[in-house]
Amino acid sequence: MGSAPTTVAHMRPPGRTWEFIKRLRRGDEVAHLITLLAATSIIVVTVMVVYQLYVNSALPRHKFGFSFFLGRTWDPVSGEFGALPFIYGTVVSSALALLLAVPLGVGAAIFLSELAPPRISTATTFVIELLAAVPSVIYGLLGIFILVPLLRIGVMPFLKTTLGFLPIFQGPIYGVSMMAGGFVLAIMIVPFIISVSREVLLAVPVEQREAALALGATKWESTWQVVVPFARVGIMASIFLALARALGETMAVTMVIGNDPRISASLFAPAYSIAAVIANEFTEATGDLYLQALIELGLVLFLLTILINGLARLVIIATTQKGTAKE
Amino acid sequence: MSFRTYWRKSVNVVMFSLTGVCALVTVSALFFILGYLLWYGGKSLNWAFFTHLPTPVGETGGGMANAIVGSGKLLLLASLVGLPVGILGGVYLAEFGGHTFSFIVRYTTDLLNGVPSIVIGIFAYTIIVLPMHHFSALAGGMALGLMMIPIAVRTTEESLRAVPGTLREGALALGTCKWRTVATVVMPAAMRGIVTGVMLTLARVAGETAPLLFTAFSNRFWSSGWNQPIASLPVMIYTYAIAPYDDWHRQAWAAGLVLLALVLVANIVARLMVSKGVSFGKA
Repeated sequence: MGSAPTTVAHMRPPGRTWEFIKRLRRGDEVAHLITLLAATSIIVVTVMVVYQLYVNSALPRHKFGFSFFLGRTWDPVSGEFGALPFIYGTVVSSALALLLAVPLGVGAAIFLSELAPPRISTATTFVIELLAAVPSVIYGLLGIFILVPLLRIGVMPFLKTTLGFLPIFQGPIYGVSMMAGGFVLAIMIVPFIISVSREVLLAVPVEQREAALALGATKWESTWQVVVPFARVGIMASIFLALARALGETMAVTMVIGNDPRISASLFAPAYSIAAVIANEFTEATGDLYLQALIELGLVLFLLTILINGLARLVIIATTQKGTAKE
Repeated sequence: MSFRTYWRKSVNVVMFSLTGVCALVTVSALFFILGYLLWYGGKSLNWAFFTHLPTPVGETGGGMANAIVGSGKLLLLASLVGLPVGILGGVYLAEFGGHTFSFIVRYTTDLLNGVPSIVIGIFAYTIIVLPMHHFSALAGGMALGLMMIPIAVRTTEESLRAVPGTLREGALALGTCKWRTVATVVMPAAMRGIVTGVMLTLARVAGETAPLLFTAFSNRFWSSGWNQPIASLPVMIYTYAIAPYDDWHRQAWAAGLVLLALVLVANIVARLMVSKGVSFGKA
């Protein structure tokens, strides 16, 4: 203020460039740029994944066009590639997994958030998060040697004699099957459903529960008619995240699903999934068309999981913001 | 008590018992997994497993020494690729980022985290294996490194955000410039959280198989240098488990036990570190 007139003659015009150079000398701008570079490279990598998959699947895209997704024949020898059996296998095994995992996961999440004492809830959640950390190849190992024999000797014959009139429980029993794939996936995605759903349920304001109880509802009625509907969007998001996991899961499914590219109504029949065919045939793919057909399958898988993941993330962002606004 | 009240109370008890059963089933799954691996893996684990190379097909015995070292080398490469990008990206989000761009970066990171591991494998194949015309440890390390980025970013950002703003203000008030504040005050305070994140992401990629199948491939011998196909524990478990030899199955169980032990110990240590809270002042 008072001293301004004396220094003004020596000062440069206070422009943005000058500010920038000043900060550059102190190193702040350099640090900013370096970290910005790292952050940008994450976006670059993600875009590059899409680009590489797209460019490297040009051959089958031009040759088959949309019929790639509807063809039922996968015959590398005669150069005919149809992806329908794999898409069918991926979708059905994931749907089966959700059918088993959603009730189990949501049930366990309700128990952990509403009923269990805090100490037990924390310990159980710890164990469940460890379950999520078990590598998928280990699930596959247990799947081959424990689950598949169990299905072949126990579960499948039982289902065949009791519910054998349903087309999904017919046909010869091999053990390795769509059903085995669905089971393994179910065990693998349950931890994700539980840990996200539990957090969403815990975030429901306690007043909601108290109001319902004060009206004379039992604890279960308050949970099922008030707390769960309040948290339903978040629970849906956890299910979508789990679905995206199931669709892209490779090793465990490859090891138990039977790897047979046929579409069969029976859950006892061997099947094939997109990720499994890539894992099995990629290194053996001879010829550009074969390899690129597999890469196109990878692109399909990528777009499918990105779509589901992206939606689930947006839902989570929207609901958590709403949640904080309410508090 | 009227019938209706009785009915409602029974529903209450029955439904909550069912949820308890759900939780019990899930938790017991982990103990089943641990139990089976300890039983089958423990039976087949011996000293040779850690010190010997795989034997030729048909001969029993041998070990997976090359796969253990191979996994270590792949993790080292992956850390070199993934950790700098991940941690610096996290620093950007927590300390330097603006609003919109940070949101985009965060969202992309979540998407990258959800990309199936096999697709990451295809990506590494197209950018490294195709131009070089052979499988290599480099390609495998690259694939695993890309998978490390998302977790490293998010855990770094979260632990930096947990550092109280007063610490930053204190350093800035002393005339320290921003990058020195971050590097010498905020980062050391958040170090425990960052290390936890690094351990969690290492534990995650240590068990990844799918991205290695057609990048690092496998190798039944020692691989020298970084430019050759290299064996790794998860891929060995896979190839041994689907092979028709009993002795290989035995070794797959042993390898499964070793891998699971490594992954679970890293997870437990990391989570215990975080539950003790972020410590300030030390370091």
